[in-house]
Amino acid sequence: MAVVRLRAPLTELTGGQRELQLDGATVREVLRALETEHPAISGWILDERTTIRQHINVFVNGERGREDTALAPDDRIHVLPSISGG
Amino acid sequence: MTELLVGTKKGLFALQGDPGGSFDITARAFAGEPVEFAMRDGRSGRYFACVTSAFYGPKIFVADDPAGEWQQAEGLTLPDGEESALIRLWSVVPGIADDHLYAGGDPGVLFESRDGGVSWELNKSFWEQPTRPEWGPGAGGMCLHSIATWPGDPSRLALAISAVGVWLSDDAGQTWRHGNKGLVPRYLPEDARENTFDLCVHNLHRHATKPERLFMQFHGGVYRSDDAGESWIDIGTDTGLPSDFGFPLVIDPDDADSAYVIPLVADLDRVTPEGRVRVYETRDAGASWTPRGDGLPSEDAYLTILRQAFGRSGSGETMELYFGATSGDVFGSGDAGATWSTAATKLPPVHSVRVA
Repeated sequence: MAVVRLRAPLTELTGGQRELQLDGATVREVLRALETEHPAISGWILDERTTIRQHINVFVNGERGREDTALAPDDRIHVLPSISGG
Repeated sequence: MTELLVGTKKGLFALQGDPGGSFDITARAFAGEPVEFAMRDGRSGRYFACVTSAFYGPKIFVADDPAGEWQQAEGLTLPDGEESALIRLWSVVPGIADDHLYAGGDPGVLFESRDGGVSWELNKSFWEQPTRPEWGPGAGGMCLHSIATWPGDPSRLALAISAVGVWLSDDAGQTWRHGNKGLVPRYLPEDARENTFDLCVHNLHRHATKPERLFMQFHGGVYRSDDAGESWIDIGTDTGLPSDFGFPLVIDPDDADSAYVIPLVADLDRVTPEGRVRVYETRDAGASWTPRGDGLPSEDAYLTILRQAFGRSGSGETMELYFGATSGDVFGSGDAGATWSTAATKLPPVHSVRVA
């Protein structure tokens, strides 16, 4: 199982959980599993196309990941807002 | 005491004060997030905020108190498997039936709620318009910003989109047709104007007492319709306006010949003309316009007022008017625009102003 780590405000949508263990062979599958477990987070990380939102960064074991990045058991996934905006 | 809801680039501000005076900030919500629009549904008392997080996407939040807890509304999403994603939400408008509301957004989408705004559904007929692949956005995106209901008749509806013109329905949104006759998109070559979809409506309002009459601020042009939006009459040329470019528009609901606009110089210079801030009022259906600037900045003031940043309450001589600028200033009038005062300053850039 991959370990997904979240920060506020996303943790407000997971009942305060900052770290979750989720099944999935890719980043997309794990994020979809996150939505299934916590429906309130639907639409916050993935959009309707199951694409990671433009200004969200996903890191897998410290390296930038995309929706189709393959995962191994115990991979660590960090979901962070990107350094952008004004 | 009047409560204003001011959507800004950095959150929602609730202000309270008396018309003609300065207002105090009583609540701030969604700190740091762009709030495109906020309103209160007078029927339920609920507050609505359209929030477009740069990170987490567009949402509508609902609350009973702007200083209290906001809940995310459900269902504001496009169908799975589409190439498009919802980009922004621009407006929330009460419908005619109890608990019925509409919401408009980018990319040119209409949502409906039948439970007072807790859950929403996409209007699929509008989403599936066959010409949609040919539609194009304005500078602010393909925003469905104006939703004009017909008092007493929930079947009749007019929508306006930048930049896909006016759409009309007579069957509660099951079928749609254009309502663009008479609009002149000067930003296109003459030989490209006749059959174009690229009609950049900036604002549209229907008169409650005479619902076949609508007023429109266009992207270069001010128009009136007397046939429920089927066709449009130019009321911005040689009628006393310093410019026919602008974004917001307000009407006095008791006077079907009334409208208020805030002209900006032009599409390439979107600031108040001559460094003077003036609202223009017509009481003769657009035959003439009168500047209303008593109390507004009259020199070295180059402000930009966006499409949702002009609101009102009441009607007649005591109608309250409020507008905000991207400078962070909010101005108000308690006498239908005869005199103005500064309601608030130093807010973040103002996206929307509505009286709660």
